[in-house]
Amino acid sequence: MTAATPYRSVRPRGRDGFLRLLRAEWTKFRTVRGWVAGMTAAALVTVLVGLLPAVGGHSSCGMGEVETACPADPVGPGGQAVKDRFSFVHRTLTGDGGITVRVTSMSGVITYPPPNHDTIVPGLVPWAKAGIIVKDGTRPGSAYAAVMLTGAHGVRMQHDFTEDVPGRPGGVSAASPRWLRLDRSGDTITGYESADGTRWTEVGTARLAGLPDTVRIGLFVTSPGDLTVTPGEIGGSGEQVRFTQATAVFDNVGVRGTTGGGAWSSEEVGAEDGMTDWERHHRPAGLVESGGTLTVTGSGDIAPSTEGQVVERALTGATVALIAVIAVAAMFVTAEYRRGLIHTTLTASPRRGRVPVAKALVIGAVAFATGLAAAAVALPIGTRLLAEGGPVLRVSSLTELRVIVGTAALFAVVAVLALALGALLRRGVAAIAAAVALIVVPYVLATVSVLPDEAARWLLRLTPAAGFAIQQSVPEYAHVLGHYAPSTGYLPLPPWAGFAVLCGYAGVALALAAVRFGRRDV
Amino acid sequence: MEATIEVTGLRKRFGRTTALDGMTFTARPGLVTGLVGPDGAGKSTAMRVVLGLDTADEGTALVGGRPYRSLRDPLCQVGALLDADALHPNRSGRNHLLWLARSHGLGARRVDELIERVGLGDAARRRAGGYSPGVRVRLGIAAALIGDPPVLMLDEPFDGLDPEGVDWLRGLLRSLAEEGRAVLVSTPLMSELQGVAGHLVVAWRGRVVADTGVAELVADASRGRVALRTTARPEAMTALAGAGAAVAVTGRETLTVAGLAPERVVALLDAEGVPFSEVAAHRATLEEAYMDLTRDAVGFEPVAGGEESAR
Repeated sequence: MTAATPYRSVRPRGRDGFLRLLRAEWTKFRTVRGWVAGMTAAALVTVLVGLLPAVGGHSSCGMGEVETACPADPVGPGGQAVKDRFSFVHRTLTGDGGITVRVTSMSGVITYPPPNHDTIVPGLVPWAKAGIIVKDGTRPGSAYAAVMLTGAHGVRMQHDFTEDVPGRPGGVSAASPRWLRLDRSGDTITGYESADGTRWTEVGTARLAGLPDTVRIGLFVTSPGDLTVTPGEIGGSGEQVRFTQATAVFDNVGVRGTTGGGAWSSEEVGAEDGMTDWERHHRPAGLVESGGTLTVTGSGDIAPSTEGQVVERALTGATVALIAVIAVAAMFVTAEYRRGLIHTTLTASPRRGRVPVAKALVIGAVAFATGLAAAAVALPIGTRLLAEGGPVLRVSSLTELRVIVGTAALFAVVAVLALALGALLRRGVAAIAAAVALIVVPYVLATVSVLPDEAARWLLRLTPAAGFAIQQSVPEYAHVLGHYAPSTGYLPLPPWAGFAVLCGYAGVALALAAVRFGRRDV
Repeated sequence: MEATIEVTGLRKRFGRTTALDGMTFTARPGLVTGLVGPDGAGKSTAMRVVLGLDTADEGTALVGGRPYRSLRDPLCQVGALLDADALHPNRSGRNHLLWLARSHGLGARRVDELIERVGLGDAARRRAGGYSPGVRVRLGIAAALIGDPPVLMLDEPFDGLDPEGVDWLRGLLRSLAEEGRAVLVSTPLMSELQGVAGHLVVAWRGRVVADTGVAELVADASRGRVALRTTARPEAMTALAGAGAAVAVTGRETLTVAGLAPERVVALLDAEGVPFSEVAAHRATLEEAYMDLTRDAVGFEPVAGGEESAR
């Protein structure tokens, strides 16, 4: 036998650290032009489709014969679009103080309700509101705290549109009047209720940051439109909203603190859209004062707005773009099986479970960057263009940021799920079809108004399509009646919960892929 | 750590097919070891087991004394070429080498060195989908060398090479072995290893039927044979066969004679008046030696076949 000196490499020894594996997988990704092009296409599609609705749609609001641009909703202290229209009987309050009233009656009308839509009937809608309020001026959208009686939800303490705390249930009548009280101390407002004006129960406390020294304090009445949702003929549903009006009778009005003037001012806050025939001919909004009794009539709502185009409409293209992301992510692994390259990969990294994890991190990071760039461009521009077609429901910049970063995260996790399916199925076409069927198809089915609302909701709870919830900018509000259905943009799970469902699918699929990578002969 | 490949008692079945049936061999440093055998002999499967791509049902496969899957910098311990076509068609050869290099913390400079060494040239920057088989082999060898490993394992590397490429690869294999590396090369054609292999492992139906040094093998095959040059070939064959010798034709005027000493051959031809110009001791080619070996192996066939049908 040859007495050979075994070869000794002069190169420094490499170590197959995980970072090196990541770097190798990144090199693999960036050196296949089709994959880079696919991800770029995903970003472009997101942006371009986002700009499309602005081209088609244009809506206008009429004042008789005259067409005017639809007024945009005011923006509340939280940055979101709000409804802030009500009859306000007020005076100024400087410094600490408060107001106490007794409510003896609350009534109203609903115009042309179902089934025949031919009469105006007496009645209150569930969220008709009458009570007392402390508000930062009379500008729609300004901060406030109020304690009130409602049409069907008893006493509530609400502030700054989105916050709602229940008090005792029940209505009001002359036989059983209800007392309400608000105390202001600095920027803290506390609401109370009582049956007799002596024994008070606290309903809630609101802290209105930055509330100025001088505020408006007084009585308010408002009544939102009457909503009915009817199932459509081809699935989906239609909505109708009808004018309503509420009237409340207050007495024993007592104001404490340094207040301005002797008389009450009456104002229709946020009323820009004229009067209805009912108001013109039967009962106008506003105050009727008789001795110590104040009768206030009003229409509108003080609540977050849920009517209008949501900002995530500018990201409609992401749904299409995800198909490209899925294709690239699946092929990132199936291409290796197709050519036998997987053997080389596993030879370079014999600790096999790490390979799908490294691939997932690389494709996830690439998809995240793609989604982030696309959403960061599409959302602001698309929202601006959407606004030309009709009012857009503004949201806080924090929510907007969550929608943008959430879209990026959605891209990333969808890519990981597609990659894991690729590793499990080992065939490109099968993996792409499976991922599209699991993620994109349920979302489209649930949101295009072909399924009954409840079926659509279950699809968006159980399938990975739940992850799209991360894009939802306007939540469902318990204290605002609305048609909350996937077809109108309301997904059944909260943003992070829906996203967690998607992550769960991706995590399980990736774990299975890692286990199978480790086990089988390849 | 000794730079070796040690395969001991490997058994592997795929369904009803026995791919490895107790295969045992060792590739030592400083030597090209030829793993020779027909298709289905288990050469590729043995290599895949060494690389941890397939798991053996029984037996061990060690690289430098350790199982491949326990290696932390495997490409620096052993370089392998299993399938030269295992490339992404839309990635360039250079980028293929680059990701391999990155996986072991190596850089673009190492990649360019290897492109130079295997003579890939401009092809390195074109997409691999357009490569000829010969270029693919060169790329595969470069990939095997990426970590400068002391052990190399190449599965049928001559496949797809043109004659010029075969010469180049033989030279490369010799120089790699001279550097002290253990080089295991599988091939179905013994002639490809002429002048290259220092040791031979002949595989057949999943087991090793011969494990020998090339020098001894050739000497063995040459022993007792006489090379004869004559213008009267048929007459010479008649005369020698009549005396009980085994005669084989090796050319238009050349014969090899087994079973007779040279002086007997000369005496016989003289007696019969057959003209001849040269009588010399025969030196067998590697191919001839291999043919002898496989003839012996086929001699075992009924036994092996009997075992298989008995299962």
